[in-house]
Amino acid sequence: MSLVQRQTSRQLDIDHEGFLRHRRFLWLKRAGALCLVAIVAYALADVQPRPSGGTWLGYALGTIGTGLIVWLALLGVRKRNMSRGGWSLKAWTSAHVYLGLALIVIATLHTGFQFGWNVHTLAYALMMLVIASGVFGIVVYATLPAAISTNREEMTQSQMIEAIAAVDRQLESAAQLLDRRWAEPVAAALHEDALAVGIWRRLSASQPGGATLDAITAINRASAEESGNPALVRLEALLQRRQAQLARMRRHMRMKALIEVWLYVHVPATFALLAALVAHIISVFYYW
Amino acid sequence: MTNRVRIAIVGSGPAGLSAAARAAELGIAHVLLEKSGNLSDTIFKYQKGKQVMATPSALVLRSDVPFEAGKRETVLDAWGAQAAALGINVRFDADVTGIEGEQGAFILQLRGGDTASAERVILAAGTQGNPNLLRCPGGDLPLVQYQLDDPAEYIDEHIVVIGAGDAGIENALGLAADPAQGNVVTILNRSADFARSKPANVALLNEAAEAGRLTIRLETSPAQVRESELVLDTRDGQETIRCDRIIARMGTAPPRGFVEACGIAFSSADREALPVLSEAFETSRPGIHVIGALAGYPLIKHCLNQGYDVVEFINGNRSLKPADEPILAERFAGLPGQRSVNQWLTLFGQNIGIFSEVSPLQMRELMLDSQVHAFAPGEALFIRNDTGSSLFALAEGSVVVETGEDPAKTVTIGQGQIVGEVGLISGRRRGATVRADGPVVAIELSRTAALKLMATVPAAGRAIARVSIERQLLQMFGSGLSREDIAEAVDLAEVRTVRAGEVVIAEGETGTDIYVIRRGSMVVEKSIGGKNVFLNYLPAGSYVGEMALLDGQPRSATVRAAIRSEVIRLPGDAFARLLDRKPELRAKASADMAARRATNAFIEGRKEHFTSSVDMYSETAQFLVDNGLGEATDVLLIDETLCIGCDNCEKACADSHDGLSRLDREAGRTYAHLHVPTSCRHCEHPHCMADCPPNAITRGPDGEVVINDTCIGCGNCQRNCPYDVIRMDAVPPKKPPLLTWLLFGAGPGPGEPPYAWRKKHAAAVDAPKKAIKCDMCSGIDGGPACVRACPTGAAIRVAPETMLSVAQLAKEA
Repeated sequence: MSLVQRQTSRQLDIDHEGFLRHRRFLWLKRAGALCLVAIVAYALADVQPRPSGGTWLGYALGTIGTGLIVWLALLGVRKRNMSRGGWSLKAWTSAHVYLGLALIVIATLHTGFQFGWNVHTLAYALMMLVIASGVFGIVVYATLPAAISTNREEMTQSQMIEAIAAVDRQLESAAQLLDRRWAEPVAAALHEDALAVGIWRRLSASQPGGATLDAITAINRASAEESGNPALVRLEALLQRRQAQLARMRRHMRMKALIEVWLYVHVPATFALLAALVAHIISVFYYW
Repeated sequence: MTNRVRIAIVGSGPAGLSAAARAAELGIAHVLLEKSGNLSDTIFKYQKGKQVMATPSALVLRSDVPFEAGKRETVLDAWGAQAAALGINVRFDADVTGIEGEQGAFILQLRGGDTASAERVILAAGTQGNPNLLRCPGGDLPLVQYQLDDPAEYIDEHIVVIGAGDAGIENALGLAADPAQGNVVTILNRSADFARSKPANVALLNEAAEAGRLTIRLETSPAQVRESELVLDTRDGQETIRCDRIIARMGTAPPRGFVEACGIAFSSADREALPVLSEAFETSRPGIHVIGALAGYPLIKHCLNQGYDVVEFINGNRSLKPADEPILAERFAGLPGQRSVNQWLTLFGQNIGIFSEVSPLQMRELMLDSQVHAFAPGEALFIRNDTGSSLFALAEGSVVVETGEDPAKTVTIGQGQIVGEVGLISGRRRGATVRADGPVVAIELSRTAALKLMATVPAAGRAIARVSIERQLLQMFGSGLSREDIAEAVDLAEVRTVRAGEVVIAEGETGTDIYVIRRGSMVVEKSIGGKNVFLNYLPAGSYVGEMALLDGQPRSATVRAAIRSEVIRLPGDAFARLLDRKPELRAKASADMAARRATNAFIEGRKEHFTSSVDMYSETAQFLVDNGLGEATDVLLIDETLCIGCDNCEKACADSHDGLSRLDREAGRTYAHLHVPTSCRHCEHPHCMADCPPNAITRGPDGEVVINDTCIGCGNCQRNCPYDVIRMDAVPPKKPPLLTWLLFGAGPGPGEPPYAWRKKHAAAVDAPKKAIKCDMCSGIDGGPACVRACPTGAAIRVAPETMLSVAQLAKEA
């Protein structure tokens, strides 16, 4: 029926699949296989005196683990280096997630379940912290995008700010014509720092005081007193709109913060892990 | 009555100024008539500091007026100085309203009743046109004005702004900005919405109306102007309002009307048609010459050269070779046979059918926009599934067309014919491979050149149209058909333009006509249980309507145009006779019908069990069509169930292209978490290409629409793009490499550098602003960076056929 074909040889064939399902869970399968091999080797290898990092199996697992950690950390470079060629960051993320999870098995078997208050266990603990924050990241990546999309209703962040500013301008000119009693709560709402920054405030989406809400209550009361003064009715509608837009903006900022905040643990902990890993390796060879 | 001069030049833009300069240099008595109060009004009205480009760079400048690329001010100063130095005789505020008399004694009527007299006239008035006038009774009263210089000038007046374009809205907002001025401002809009204006302006206007600073009257037009009163035609009848001043901003009229009123013939009634000109730029009215943008040459360099040439011609110089001679000589150098430029041009005109009515001047112009090739025997002119919208004309030799999958089945096309017209008309990929059958000399007309030819030479237009219908039918219905077989159907075929959303076939009606989609695309819908269910998307090159013809039933589904399209209507009985003669074709049509039946049955079957998924599919498909996918060839979509908002796509885009992003991820429409960001859709018939003076917008080998370096920064493409995906910007300074940023924090890091950093590191000379848009990462190994750089797989690029296919539904259910 159609004579048209799509034929762009230069272009990478990228299917519509998320990073977790990438190429039908290819990296899940590979990481799973790696874990399986490690577990079977651990169970079958008869190492003396007991399984630990110092046996041949321990060295093998340690080398694999180190290689993985360094490679996983390089995602930060890959993501920012917009070089040419047939790479896909989605494939990298997919591999990063599943190989990163595989580290739990590899590194734990590497320890031979020997833990203590030393630099070796510090490296292990840091690695688990990085992985745990990463798991949080997977969860928010999987759940929040749809909610952010629904909340913003086709508005961009700057449009949200602009929309609030537009209501503010209308409020300001509407309030000027009013009696001081009613103009004051409106002015208070306008001067309040309604979208104050601060990490906890962002994450909890709580609002300082809510001067807009106070103003709505005040104008509502006034409207009842002056029984439907059209200027007051209009003012209340504007305030309601402002309140709705502020709520949307706060939800937006909260979710944007959640989707990023784990990186503030994940990335510094990675650097700490790399440092601890260097100390771990040097000390192991130094005291050999 | 002034003294008669030898040459009167109308318009002091580059073309007119150059002509006047030549006349002054040669000592010819002349007068330069300028409508406004300054030279080169079009360029004078450019924004301050705008970079004026000098393309095409290959063209030699031949003029007494100096010109090189530079700032608007520099260019204008140089021209002003030269005009003074040469002693050009300029009359400002001389608006020519009509030309009477004949060669040797023309009388030019000026606004205000004055006249000028000349032996010959050079029209170089440009294409800016005049403001549309208020046509209702009283429209000539002094309270009507067509420009607003300073909105702060007026106080305590009742002012009505007529016109809902950006100019009108900006004027209205300016007048109402300061309540202290006490103006009562009303804006009239003939239609019910402000579709032609920028959304930001409309938002500000609505806000101002809500705040009571001005009044918007929709579906209202002026009926009569009286002293301090205006009668309005509203939806509910006439109404009179107080009015002290009217600002009419209703667009400008192209100057064709004026030119035609001077008795000058145009090549056709087509909107794009140009005046018929001789090699000396002389029109059909002896003694009147047309040059510059009015003659179809919008670039400054062309205009300057033509001004020089036309005065030389008038002065009796017959040996002057056009300035483009060296360009053409170079272009023809690779051809066999050692012919001169003129010999080649004559040969092309004689051998090629569609060029038979092309004038020598047009021929040269056409060649400048075209390539000439010599092909060795067996060499391919183009390959099936290549992108390409150029038209090939065979000047010497013939070609073979490999129509189907089987290379043995071929059709020969002889000398003088054209090939490649399907790509030109449909904007889609090449449908066949064409190879040289012996040595071939062919002219490859770019899409713009071919369209211009069709518009300006009606005979060529008709010839191309007929050939394209014939070939499209042959190609679509496959091998086994000859030109003779379909001759009857082609004779009866009728090309129809359909508006977006217009119904071509309505479900349930009787009719057996077949429709071939020639350009644009269609959607097929069926009403199931009172709801319109989306069945199929049909790109150009498909046909519909065969089911009713074959089975004699009423139409089983509705076919609507997704975008403005062209269809070829073939009468059902003619097609039925063709089917009777050709059993193979009947078998093919029956097979197509069976496939469509299966699709319909599949969706209807689904509908009973999975109502919601079919609804979702229908609505999503409708959303995508509404957002321009119907005319897209490749579009970026973002799955917002996966998008984490990291903007790595934008950063990758910027870092792959001189540091400027060509996409805005967050902006754009969303339906069911499927987001269409502000990014180029690479339309089949790109709107941006429509009006590019240097023809800088082309289609690349993978179908990408690309703006090349010859862009002059005029902004036409930005205004013409309905999807707002083109931005005008200058290339920012180079950033330090990534590792020095990662390790030492040098530079702004990945992505588009912030404004402050750009400003701080800018070069001493401002880089000119040029048009910037997605080029699908043309020439970058690996393909579009936005998709490669998406960490979660949210960003995908799709062609509409894949996105809108039933396969999507099957996958989801």
